[in-house]
Amino acid sequence: MLKFLLNKLVLIVPTFIGITIVAFGFVRVLPGDPILALAGERGVEPERYQQLLVQFGFDRPIWEQYFTYVIGLFQGDFGTSIATKRPVLNEFMTLFPATVELATCAIIFATLVGIPAGIISAVKRGSWFDQLTMGTALAGYSMPIFWWGLLLIILFSGVLGWTPVSGRISLLYFFPQVTGFMLIDSLLSGQAGAFRSAVMHLILPTIVLGTIPLAVIARQTRSAMLEVLGEDYVRTARAKGLEQVQVVGVHALRNAMIPVITTIGLQVGVLLGGAILTETIFSWPGIGKWMLDSISRRDYPSVQGGLVLIALIVMVVNLTVDVLYGLINPRIRHQ
Amino acid sequence: MKKFGKLLAATALMGLMAGSAYAKTLVYCSEGSPEGFDVAPYTAGTTFDASSKPLYNRLVEFKRGTSQVQPGLAESWEVSEDGLEYTFNLRKGVKFHNTAFFTPTRDFNADDVLFSFNRQRLTDHAWYEYVPGISWEYFNGMSMPDLIKDIVKVDDYTVKFVLTRPEAPMIANLAMDFASIVSAEYAQQLEEAGTPELLNQEPIGTGPFQFVAYQKDAVIRYAAHPDYWQGKQPIDDLVFAITTDAAVRAQKLKAGECHVAPYPNPADVESLASDPNLKMMEQQGLNVGYLAYNTQVAPFDNTNVRKALNMAINKQAILDAVFQGAGQAAKNPIPPTMWSYNDAIQDDPYDPEKAKEMLEAEGVTDLSMEIWAMPVQRPYNPNARRMAEVIQADFAKIGVDVQIVSYEWGEYLARSKEVDREGAVLLGWTGDNGDPDNFLAVLLGCDGVGGSNRAQWCNEEFEALIQKAKTITDQEERTKLYEEAQVVFKREAPWATIAHSVVFMPMSKKVEGYVMDPLGGHWFDGVDLAE
Repeated sequence: MLKFLLNKLVLIVPTFIGITIVAFGFVRVLPGDPILALAGERGVEPERYQQLLVQFGFDRPIWEQYFTYVIGLFQGDFGTSIATKRPVLNEFMTLFPATVELATCAIIFATLVGIPAGIISAVKRGSWFDQLTMGTALAGYSMPIFWWGLLLIILFSGVLGWTPVSGRISLLYFFPQVTGFMLIDSLLSGQAGAFRSAVMHLILPTIVLGTIPLAVIARQTRSAMLEVLGEDYVRTARAKGLEQVQVVGVHALRNAMIPVITTIGLQVGVLLGGAILTETIFSWPGIGKWMLDSISRRDYPSVQGGLVLIALIVMVVNLTVDVLYGLINPRIRHQ
Repeated sequence: MKKFGKLLAATALMGLMAGSAYAKTLVYCSEGSPEGFDVAPYTAGTTFDASSKPLYNRLVEFKRGTSQVQPGLAESWEVSEDGLEYTFNLRKGVKFHNTAFFTPTRDFNADDVLFSFNRQRLTDHAWYEYVPGISWEYFNGMSMPDLIKDIVKVDDYTVKFVLTRPEAPMIANLAMDFASIVSAEYAQQLEEAGTPELLNQEPIGTGPFQFVAYQKDAVIRYAAHPDYWQGKQPIDDLVFAITTDAAVRAQKLKAGECHVAPYPNPADVESLASDPNLKMMEQQGLNVGYLAYNTQVAPFDNTNVRKALNMAINKQAILDAVFQGAGQAAKNPIPPTMWSYNDAIQDDPYDPEKAKEMLEAEGVTDLSMEIWAMPVQRPYNPNARRMAEVIQADFAKIGVDVQIVSYEWGEYLARSKEVDREGAVLLGWTGDNGDPDNFLAVLLGCDGVGGSNRAQWCNEEFEALIQKAKTITDQEERTKLYEEAQVVFKREAPWATIAHSVVFMPMSKKVEGYVMDPLGGHWFDGVDLAE
């Protein structure tokens, strides 16, 4: 197991270097220029432009800029945002808890609904339930998120008035951020109704963000389950006279879960990278929206730093999934 | 420990807010996050709405709802005969905000004025680069470093600005956001504590509201400044709920989650206006959208060709297709809400037949040209691509073939400046300070050729008029000169003037006393909420 873990860890180093090159190169390949973007219609005098180039360090050779950047990274310096003039790491950490909170709720929602739906569909293959579920999953997977989010807002917040339109908590509540997770902070605040308000604000974004993972998980569970249900050991279990619940729930499910866990792990990685559309619709102050703003401003340090940090997180999540996978499936770790 | 202290302060404040359970709180669903709370390093209107408007004052201020200047932190001022010295008599008894992080020991005085400007002006000033990478783009963009020779403290309540040349728009410039007055005493406290960056995060000003808290990208909270020199505001708390999507802002207004929300989608205007709980205000924006020919390249160097093309453009079709009613046709290069707007000028009529004849008379046949469409949305041009397509269809009717081209925004701005550029450029301008010079000199003056003058147009007669107007401080005289300049502009047609936008502002019927700002800002002083 230790060797397995070490192998995985060694792989992280070249991956990380690759990521810094891509992140660094990506923003520079984008057409556009942070100084011109900052100046807009008003423009900037050529001499001033030169001054700013020097000030931001953009006048130096590209490789020198890259090495300065990487050395900074190893010292924990992710640069300073051109727009806000604040450290990129600082900005990222302020917004990250909001993204984590939403992503966690979405993935829990997707798993809790997706896995049972997939199992039932597999067991009752070809039934109306199966067809309805898989049809819905396909629709969910193809749904334009922006449209879907607005539709839910108009229905549940506008017409029915059940949920708030956007934000993380009602503006009536005001308390210091301790953890950055609104569900926890609202409980810590001790203010009556704050927790309930936070939950209500989470419902729609959770559904919207969870829709695609839900569809993917349901379909993946169904196909994995179908495969397993055809295996010999399932037939043996049935022949032993085990109940349907035991056959499916114990023998089949454990084996079917292996690819599903991989899928969930990949989805977590994607969601932690920031849900740009969902965060924008629900005015959710997370890193997805922040990255989008940074790209449109050509805020090189923020985009670069954001990409590297997100990649790091995805790497850590994937590593965790790999380890988990090894634990569940001994064949993997002995290979 | 520091964190705990902050927590205590916040809890105390919370108690305060909870104590005033019936406090009047106005919620504004703003369209974006401020970049910071110190005004001068930034250029974006969204940042100004959250910083300079609620938190600060300036020596002179724009009168609510106009682009006219009135006294602010300066009670009065005198301009010397030669127009080179501006002496300001400062207001006494003006209090800075007293907050959890700063307790002022003195009133506003000349030191604050000197500090506010010198940090932007003197490269060796301790606050010139108080955060790495900070720079003073508006101050530079308005040519202040060349214009201001010196700022002298005559006494505690008198400050003299010495200029290098007479500049009539100077007073209007000092009403602009970058000229906001910050507290020198607070800056000193921060400097001693080794935390200068807090000037940009926990701001102190003299304005109608004081800063309470900012949760990045989510909520900004302000409280009314109890000792404001113009009296405490009718509302107690002001909250900015940052909501970037226009459709979501509309829903929040309808659901009563905010009282005021700017920039509605044109498609939502009608449904918002007809909501029984909402009302809609509207105003012409202080902007112009135009098509600039390159007057240095044939055949566009010929006035008659430009005139003919202008007559082929169906502006009504553009207003319908691109502005969806949120615009009005432009005939002058300055908007109608600006002083000196010449309403006597007749726009070129829409007459494709006549246009075709005129082109033929000039011997221009089989003309093929480029029209540049901006890749971004702007109030003066919400959809440049669509606008270019409408003009393309119009020009096709008079036998002119149009290719539409576009570049990435920064590239677009840079390339369109080139003197030998091919093609006509769609662009526009939003006024900074309400002075006609800010449109006419910047966009059409000879200095702007190869720069912000996209028509590359340098006309002696026009230039003489605007240069003269710049040196005179008497507004009536200046008005006459600018009116005349607009006549020359119309005759010479370096641009096709397309449209001025109309800005809509939906709000709850409970909101009282909101006044729209022709300069595009959002102000909440003097605003009240009905019970």
